[in-house]
Amino acid sequence: MKKSIKIIASLLLATGLFSCNNSEQKNEGNRGALASNAAEKVYVAPGEHDEFYAFLSGGYSGNLTVYGLPSGRMFKEIPVFSQFPTSGYGYSEETKPMLNTSHGFIPWDDLHHPDISQTNGKLDGRWIFVNGNNTPRIAKIDLKTFETTEIIEVPNSAGNHSSSFVTENTEYVVAGTRFSVPIPQEDIAIKEYKGKFKGSLSFISVDPEEGHMEIKFQLIMPGFDYDLSHPGRGKSHGWFFFTTYNTEEANSLLEVNASQNDKDFIAAVNWKKIEEYVNNGGGKKMPANYAHNIYDDKTHTATSTMKKEVLVVDPLEVPGAVFFLPTPKSPHGVDVNPSGDYIIGNGKLSADLTVHSFDKMIDAIENKKYDGEAYGIPILNFEDILAGTVKQAGLGPLHTEFDDNGNGYTTFFISSELVKWNVETREVIDRQPNYYSVGHVMIPGGNSREPFGKYAIALNKITKDRYLPTGPELEHSAQLFDISGEKMELLLDFPTHGEPHYAAGIPAEIIKENSQKIYKLAENENEYATLSPADARVERDGNKVHIYMTTIRSHFTPDNIEGIKVGDKVYFHVTNHEQDFDVPHGFAMIGANNAELLIMPGQTKTLLWEPKQVGVWPFYCTDFCSALHQEMQGYIRVSPQSSNIELSWSLGED
Amino acid sequence: MKKAGLIMIIGSLLLLGLFKFPLWNIMLGAPQYPDPMGMNIYITGIQGVQEFDIQNIDGLNHYIGMQKIPKPEAMWEFEVFPLVIGGMAALGVLLGILGFFGKLNYWWFLSWVLLMTLLGIMGMYDFNAWLTDYGTNLDPKAIMKMTNLDGSPMTYKPPLFGHQKMLNFDVDSYPALGAYLMFAGMLLTLLAFFVGKNEWIKKYKYL
Repeated sequence: MKKSIKIIASLLLATGLFSCNNSEQKNEGNRGALASNAAEKVYVAPGEHDEFYAFLSGGYSGNLTVYGLPSGRMFKEIPVFSQFPTSGYGYSEETKPMLNTSHGFIPWDDLHHPDISQTNGKLDGRWIFVNGNNTPRIAKIDLKTFETTEIIEVPNSAGNHSSSFVTENTEYVVAGTRFSVPIPQEDIAIKEYKGKFKGSLSFISVDPEEGHMEIKFQLIMPGFDYDLSHPGRGKSHGWFFFTTYNTEEANSLLEVNASQNDKDFIAAVNWKKIEEYVNNGGGKKMPANYAHNIYDDKTHTATSTMKKEVLVVDPLEVPGAVFFLPTPKSPHGVDVNPSGDYIIGNGKLSADLTVHSFDKMIDAIENKKYDGEAYGIPILNFEDILAGTVKQAGLGPLHTEFDDNGNGYTTFFISSELVKWNVETREVIDRQPNYYSVGHVMIPGGNSREPFGKYAIALNKITKDRYLPTGPELEHSAQLFDISGEKMELLLDFPTHGEPHYAAGIPAEIIKENSQKIYKLAENENEYATLSPADARVERDGNKVHIYMTTIRSHFTPDNIEGIKVGDKVYFHVTNHEQDFDVPHGFAMIGANNAELLIMPGQTKTLLWEPKQVGVWPFYCTDFCSALHQEMQGYIRVSPQSSNIELSWSLGED
Repeated sequence: MKKAGLIMIIGSLLLLGLFKFPLWNIMLGAPQYPDPMGMNIYITGIQGVQEFDIQNIDGLNHYIGMQKIPKPEAMWEFEVFPLVIGGMAALGVLLGILGFFGKLNYWWFLSWVLLMTLLGIMGMYDFNAWLTDYGTNLDPKAIMKMTNLDGSPMTYKPPLFGHQKMLNFDVDSYPALGAYLMFAGMLLTLLAFFVGKNEWIKKYKYL
């Protein structure tokens, strides 16, 4: 009796002891004593996670890259507007429709300005929106899967640059034209630019549940160059601000001819007013032709729909909705501080920064203090709306971002520096050199009511000697600053991919728990999915051959296929049966004229192969999936077109 | 014997936790599985700790020729264990009620404890036999045939209790919540025996 008590007791004790060592000790890194040590500040120990995600636009790479801050480590390149042979994006049959446009299939674009979705002016981390500048498009990336799930083409636009910024409840993602064009397009002399060419500002509504985008309306504006934009927030929520240059409406040698006016404009748009007008039946439906492409996580397939109509609004039809704020020297960025009180114009050919007051603007509008008009749109008086100027802050201001302590951080391209200044007093607090010629600056949450003012990254345009030389072509360079103190402290240089323009950052904890690990096979609704290896098969339909194939560590089912003929169109529909995190399989076919497939667990992807030569041709898995990865292969026998060898397939037969 | 009867009833009812919570838990961690996979062994069957753990454990085990983790219908244990646990709980409650009304003496409680312990040992013996078969009865066509240093074929029996290193895996096998509830229940029934004995002696001392 007593013995059994002892045994039971010791059993309980032993298990108690063992179960204790499950608790992991997290080293949060108490860095107080080493505040001046830059290396310590950017060091994220092996296996530990960064504090922030940073999403850097890839510019002419057409893609978005994901980095960690403060380490500057790159985690992923998300294909958006460019074909990506690494995963088969834009090559697989499922994803080709993503790159469809009114101009046909476009394999590339120039991606500029990521912006993260918001709720009540705070980052909610659901989606990130980016713009394609060249063939105007807006894309949405889902931050559960970190994949592009939607692309909408923007009609009546060219140079989609003042895009893709979201309003504070993600009501709209906004796009504007840098290059005005005839609207609708027509065959006219370029000299007829003045008056004939127009700019459009597109308000694309975002469905609050699924995030689906739809062009609510396009505001048809005078033919200036709408360069950048930002939403009002807080008290200025409901307004949107766009910088313009080339108010001269030059069409040639803009370098000189568009730099003659002492002041260009910031266009202030009361979108709530226009929304109301549109909801009451205002605006005009105009024929258009633009693609709307949606990728579905369940079917793992994109569909492209051509839209044939768009609602356009003439600003003169909605009095009180659009005003011009005169702003010196061809402003580039327009930025609104977190409280929504100030609108900062970064006159890129100037040494000063212009700070407009939202309250003064409203006052001027209410008292109709106009200083003329442009194409019927009232111009407000510069002195009436000016809060003040940041004097001689630097040369060539481009963009301003904000922290949560009332400071602005402005990049100066020409003097190559980042300047910290107080938004209320407009006094310069600190300046730090950039290596070299900085474009945008990004502070996580910088385009929201609640920035996280711990780090800023400067995204530089010129790299030169900062890294080991790699011939004439260099990657661009980013610089990480600690901005938690009075003075900014340079912590780290790191190379970036493509040409980052703007970027967006967010505390990791907002999104990292939502990051999906696998796709559930049971939820796979791909038309060509093979949900059980028993269903793996080959079917012929004329000269089209559909191979329904499955993968699991480490074999293809089937792996040997005969009866394929020269001239066939062979579709490999490959379904990855793994349901384990980070076990993709790759699929590569010799002589395929497109790319490989990289198939995530539970996903189906399709590769088209058109065999041109008789013989026996292998395919294999490209992702080192297991110790038996090298064995993961198969053969296709290709016979002459005239052959009558029946289709057959097998796995594991001797 | 009112107090002892109540303790006996509560103790017996704690066995029913086994219908809701796992009896045993085996976790498998490895360098490439920082988030370990695991199986929870219930008296009605084996389930993965996370949704796809069983499938993933089976997938890895096929390299070394281990059998798949059995479905509930493949093992008689998963039919018999619920009957035994349910039966013992019912019997314990019945003894507790009869004890409460003084219809039987405290030795019945101890008998129940002894019977339960015996059944428990038999259950563990059977479980160990299954683990042995699972870890040693390997497919002769296994992809990887590992040998020990002495040249004998390596086997993969998970430990019945405790931690063991197996190839790249750290295997931890411990009782789970259902078992702890059962242990607590058995301790209570044992307590019921002592309390009952006390109550009985007090009652009959003055007769």
